[in-house]
Amino acid sequence: MSPLDDTSSRNRRSGTIRLDLKLIADMVEPGSRVLDIGCGDGALLDFLVHEKGVDGRGIELSMDGVHTCVSHGLSVIQGDAETDLKDYPSGAFDYVILSQTLQAMRAPRTVLEELVRIGDRAIVSFPNFGYWRIRMALLWLGRMPVTERLGYEWYETPNIHFCTIKDFTSLCDRLDITIDRSVILGRDNRPTRLASADGIANFFGEQGVFMLRRNGRQG
Amino acid sequence: MNASIPFRQPPGVAEAAGSVSEGTNRRVVLGADRPMRLDCGVELANFTVAYSTFGTLNADRSNAVMVCHALTGDHFVTDYHPVSGKPGWWSMLVGPGRPIDTNRYFVICSNVIGGCMGSIGPAETDPATGKPYGLGFPVITIADMVRAQKLLVDHLGIDKLFCVVGGSMGGMQVLQWAVSYPDHVFAALPIATAARHSAQNIAFHEVGRQAIMADPDWCGGDYLNQGMRPHRGLAVARMAAHITYLSEAALHRKFGRNLQNRQAVTYGFDADFQVESYLRHQGITFVDRFDANSYLYITRAMDYFDLAAEHGGVLANAFRYKDGPTPVRFCLTSFSSDWLFPTTESRAVVHALNAVAANVSFVEVATDKGHDAFLLDEPEFHQVVRGFLDGCAEHRGLTRRRAATA
Repeated sequence: MSPLDDTSSRNRRSGTIRLDLKLIADMVEPGSRVLDIGCGDGALLDFLVHEKGVDGRGIELSMDGVHTCVSHGLSVIQGDAETDLKDYPSGAFDYVILSQTLQAMRAPRTVLEELVRIGDRAIVSFPNFGYWRIRMALLWLGRMPVTERLGYEWYETPNIHFCTIKDFTSLCDRLDITIDRSVILGRDNRPTRLASADGIANFFGEQGVFMLRRNGRQG
Repeated sequence: MNASIPFRQPPGVAEAAGSVSEGTNRRVVLGADRPMRLDCGVELANFTVAYSTFGTLNADRSNAVMVCHALTGDHFVTDYHPVSGKPGWWSMLVGPGRPIDTNRYFVICSNVIGGCMGSIGPAETDPATGKPYGLGFPVITIADMVRAQKLLVDHLGIDKLFCVVGGSMGGMQVLQWAVSYPDHVFAALPIATAARHSAQNIAFHEVGRQAIMADPDWCGGDYLNQGMRPHRGLAVARMAAHITYLSEAALHRKFGRNLQNRQAVTYGFDADFQVESYLRHQGITFVDRFDANSYLYITRAMDYFDLAAEHGGVLANAFRYKDGPTPVRFCLTSFSSDWLFPTTESRAVVHALNAVAANVSFVEVATDKGHDAFLLDEPEFHQVVRGFLDGCAEHRGLTRRRAATA
């Protein structure tokens, strides 16, 4: 199960995937080597392998997710990104994808550093805790928000390290990670015209998708 | 003395080199043109390997699956066993429409060398003396077993296996295949296994071997010439080993502390408990189909297995190939209640494969059935095998044969 409470992220028969996943897929060059961390039921991986001809691998924590993936012929290992990423050699993949999983990591900072080490590019998406509805929920209700996309009560959520878009970009800055591209999604996973580091994006964006690389690698 | 191998054919019946045969219980003479050098330095020439095949080899010979059997297994993987009369040990997994689909794949399973079901082993006759080898048989390794399988595959005219699959000792052979012959294996499916035999497992094997050697009927390994069989020692070895194949939960569910055919304990040493009776049965049926010396040789082969050792102590080095990762696609499977080959052992292989960025899948199947789960009805495990093979077949360009309308 993904840390986000999403179901049916891919319709295998029609070959379509959720809009935010499609956005990530669009950032990936056909035929490249891709590692999808927290690949869930393999929706994105399956799309990348079959529609874009990538050499795709996955890591997934949940047994159900791994079973689904491997039973569908995807190369996925049952494992924990926080302990398993260190095994991979540097530059092993063209892209490492961390979709909607960063906020469930115990050490998101270390994971980010590993992503840009083992991938020439890292694509990271996460829910923006600075989103205005979340701010309003806290401000008016004084309670941790439970929304359609963040469908957990505070005491049972796997999401332990929420951040805002501003928090994320400032961490990237501190880790000497370059943000090559960013897309801010509003409601219904639709891309907005907002720029990433922008305070307005941080207020109106429900989630952000960022393509990263270690500073010093060629852009 | 031939109770365990009643189907043995005279040497003249073994097929001629160069012929491709389908069917069960075939025998072939290998190493005729060039002897096979064993790890211990001895050379084997003109040695016999027993094997079975199922399904049809396709025109470009790309659909062959080698099934490697476990410690006490044999080549009767899915047909009826000639001694026990029971279905083959992997009938649930191998067959028409099964996860290893013989409508689609050409399945080969050979009896390992050192075995006692038709392949050369300590119970076979040494041509030099005209008597059974006994302890004169050279010590063999997992790599030796795989060398013999490679010669068999060559003999069948197959350059590249589509997949090598096996559990436990069979899984060791799968790993060895992938490491020794990366150009001749497309996919590898090692199940409930390890890249080296652990100290605990060597210890269990030693208990088994000592039980056999402590039996006076073992006669220093010369029992076949003396007209004896160390039944009791072999049965005890099997009983001890069998416990390690199960889990506490499985034993408890099956037997608990239930008594066998009685209302109260007898204050004696009869098999009061069902679990005792069960183990005795396991021991007794085993001696009918297995040779004690073979048990010594094959357990030794597992003990010596250590893939990292022959690669500078670094397991990842075993999976390097021309400055890159091995081209073999891997899928490892472990079972959560297996304490003989626990998940950590499979995970160590996965980590080594990751370290070279190889293509690897890994699934731990949740079950309380212990190590034996790979031989039992575990639908999730079977789904993983089917899914992995389907995915590999897609990459290998194997077209799906139309399913039989049965």
